[in-house]
Amino acid sequence: MTEPLSFEKSRPNAYAPRLPDADVTAPAAEELLPRELLRSRPPTLPRLSEPEVMRHYSKLASMNYSISEQFYPLGSCTMKYNPVANEVAAALPGFSALHPYQEEESVQGALELMWRLEQALCAVVGVDRVTLQPAAGAHGEWTALRMIQAFHRSRGEARTEVLVPDSAHGTNPASAALSGFQVVEVASAPNGRISLADLESKLSSKVAALMLTNPNTLGLFERDILDIAELVHNTGAMLYYDGANLNAFMGVCRPGDMGFDAVHMNLHKTFTTPHGGGGPGAGPVGVKADLVPFLPTPTVERMNGHLKLDFKRPQSIGRVRSFYGNFGMLVRAYTYIVAMGGDGLTQASLDAVLSANYLRKRVEGLLDMPHEGPCMHEFVASARNLAPDGIKALDVAKGLLERDFYAPTIYFPLVVPEAIMVEPTETESKPTLDAFAAAIADIVREAKEEPENLHRAPHGLAVGRLDEVATARRINAYLQGQSEDPILRWKPDRN
Amino acid sequence: MLAAIGVDSMEGLLVDIPESLRIPRLELPNGLSEFETMAQIASLAARNRAYADRLTFRGGGVYRRFIPAAVAAVTSKPEFYTAYTPYQPEASQGTLQAIYEFQTLIAELTALDVANASLYDGATAVAEAAMMAHVHTGRNEVLVAGYLHPEYVEVLRGFGEGRGIKVKKGFEPTAKTAAVVFQQPDFLGLLVDAPDLTRRAHDVGALAIACVDPISLAILAPPGQYGADIAVGEGQQLGLSPSYGGPHVGFVACRKDLVRRLPGRLIGTSHDAEGRRGFVLTLTAREQHIRREKATSNICTNHSLCALAASVYMTYMGAEGMRHIAEVSFKRAHALADRLARLPGWELAFPDRQFLNEFPIRVPKAAVVNRKLARKGILGGLDVHRWFRELNGVLTFTCTEVNDPDALDELVEAVSR
Repeated sequence: MTEPLSFEKSRPNAYAPRLPDADVTAPAAEELLPRELLRSRPPTLPRLSEPEVMRHYSKLASMNYSISEQFYPLGSCTMKYNPVANEVAAALPGFSALHPYQEEESVQGALELMWRLEQALCAVVGVDRVTLQPAAGAHGEWTALRMIQAFHRSRGEARTEVLVPDSAHGTNPASAALSGFQVVEVASAPNGRISLADLESKLSSKVAALMLTNPNTLGLFERDILDIAELVHNTGAMLYYDGANLNAFMGVCRPGDMGFDAVHMNLHKTFTTPHGGGGPGAGPVGVKADLVPFLPTPTVERMNGHLKLDFKRPQSIGRVRSFYGNFGMLVRAYTYIVAMGGDGLTQASLDAVLSANYLRKRVEGLLDMPHEGPCMHEFVASARNLAPDGIKALDVAKGLLERDFYAPTIYFPLVVPEAIMVEPTETESKPTLDAFAAAIADIVREAKEEPENLHRAPHGLAVGRLDEVATARRINAYLQGQSEDPILRWKPDRN
Repeated sequence: MLAAIGVDSMEGLLVDIPESLRIPRLELPNGLSEFETMAQIASLAARNRAYADRLTFRGGGVYRRFIPAAVAAVTSKPEFYTAYTPYQPEASQGTLQAIYEFQTLIAELTALDVANASLYDGATAVAEAAMMAHVHTGRNEVLVAGYLHPEYVEVLRGFGEGRGIKVKKGFEPTAKTAAVVFQQPDFLGLLVDAPDLTRRAHDVGALAIACVDPISLAILAPPGQYGADIAVGEGQQLGLSPSYGGPHVGFVACRKDLVRRLPGRLIGTSHDAEGRRGFVLTLTAREQHIRREKATSNICTNHSLCALAASVYMTYMGAEGMRHIAEVSFKRAHALADRLARLPGWELAFPDRQFLNEFPIRVPKAAVVNRKLARKGILGGLDVHRWFRELNGVLTFTCTEVNDPDALDELVEAVSR
């Protein structure tokens, strides 16, 4: 059921698209440009007719699981339904056809949308301003850390460390390192929350910020958040909120009130912009007043009813990408917020928490639950109870694929062995949650009765379990000059 | 469901949240029906002026081109756009194979060994490539040669600050230079001597980073041909709408010996127990979710769906189609430049330099020119004085296959009055 590569299907005389001729009098490129600047051999691209192109990608599409067809309980990723209206909104020519360098008076609607989205996000997370520029969550983290760095520097302080809990998303330490900080890990306590004692021992005048997500990656609310904020602020450091888990409490509480100074949000998680198989997303960052002067340029400002882009911000960290952010994703998120409203967003979070706790209860007797409930919008189970049968979290994941569910996040957070992190979101109905719990029960049964079969799961998909180790080994052979096959690309036969 | 959980109300599930943090309500208007929502959104869209493709002559990093209907037909398939990053390969072969094909298409186009699964945009692609060069050479300076897109330079400076990398401008790299970065064609549309800049970089042991326009590579020498080590660029022209600047797609390709320094996702071939070929995320030991603070980059979410659009575009157009539109664009831009340069008071800003399909021209009054054009529904040239003091009165105009000969006439007519 596999599909050949477009390159393998290529036919040299396939019908090529009809394109206009130049119809002007002008020399050709080869006549004007020196040979050294011209391409000597054309690239080997596939040549397929339009129907062949369409069939190729339709086949590929049929080999994907997606939120539109399957329950996608991927923990920390908030895979909720992406309303179709979002797509229609972003495709309106009044948005999609705008050139980023059009004059301001010709894009007032776009600027108004950005301004209103900023206001809405400020209301949801409880901050003073938001930059919409970062293209993704990790990009937002980095942007926020750069602002925090600039803030400390403006006060003549060279703070070099960033604290990150051991349960944090991998992007946290990576973003901190990329901003030039040293990463110091803070331990979790046995109850799954951050250890206050360990935090206190790591705090010093060298610390620029503590990066935290709340609820944490175990799906647990950091009950001591106000104490944590006080400890952090007392040393002059800032508190950074990783917004991956924002879906847990919209309309219930706000990171800004908890003491967070900077907050990133993933529009592709909480605000239903589609994930696209790995992006594009959008990672706006909200900040409290202290950090406002350092926001990336340009910001959107309203003056006498007219909206403008403000580039004159002397303390700004400068732009973090080209233009003004992933505008098309901003349109989608704003459409969702308008449709949902304050009441709808609140209900979404409550339903997400309800779904997670219900599913947690249903799965409780089947898998290990390393931490006490209730959870917030997600929970982390462990497959270590299946270890005597030789079954790992990976086998459970593959067993779920075979039963037409996407798999939860596995082996994360790192602090739980054989972790299975489940985030059902408000999208899923009770029957779906029940069906998922039944699938887990069936997998546990299979683990006892036919563990060998489970080791070979998934059956019946486009491919079976793939040998990732062999892939890495073959790439090494290529990189070391022992093989001609790059593995990372198809290669034409150029004999 | 509450009863099954064993609580009386939702409050029973929110016990961990301190009372003092609870808010009475979210201060936003209540929700709306779909048609009310769409009416509100459409009224915002209506407050923007969308210029016709054929009458858009402004570029500067974002261009109007013919987008085959096939592109949106594929990217609007929910199986593609509502999937997550392909962590479970058996259930994500569609995305994985499409991106593997994207990697191959970019590698072929740039004539380099390997390309990654995509980056956010051209600006961050330049910055990521500079990081690769910094780590590879152990040097702390990056030399920007010529007119690199000013927003890319700004992003590069910001990235560099965190890692202690200095960004300099000029054409003379030294033993401290990690990389020479140049754009081909440059921000103004002019061709640079890429082979010479590459040699200069190599002479001092630095890497050469070429920031390229993917359509131009159907005609122009690709970075691999003149020996550049890393190619990066913005892929918007490969089937993506302008969309007020995003989302678009960045790409990066490199020589074999730099593969381990690549940022972001990489997809490779694999096989299952029955010998069927499949595709997996690979070399993940470079990435943040494994290496954490030691990762080559913090990137996680990239721009997969935009990369898919670019793949559909390139597959639909083929090498011949891309070459054809590159040639049409070249000829039309040259015809336009020739006509504009004859207008009284107009002159090419760099008459001795070659260009492809975007060119800088000095005009009597830039703002007046563009206002005149706007009245005729034409989006005129980009005023580059905003970034470059020496380019007072210079507009850059771009032509592609969508600017038909009549549109050229209308433009010339409008500015001649």
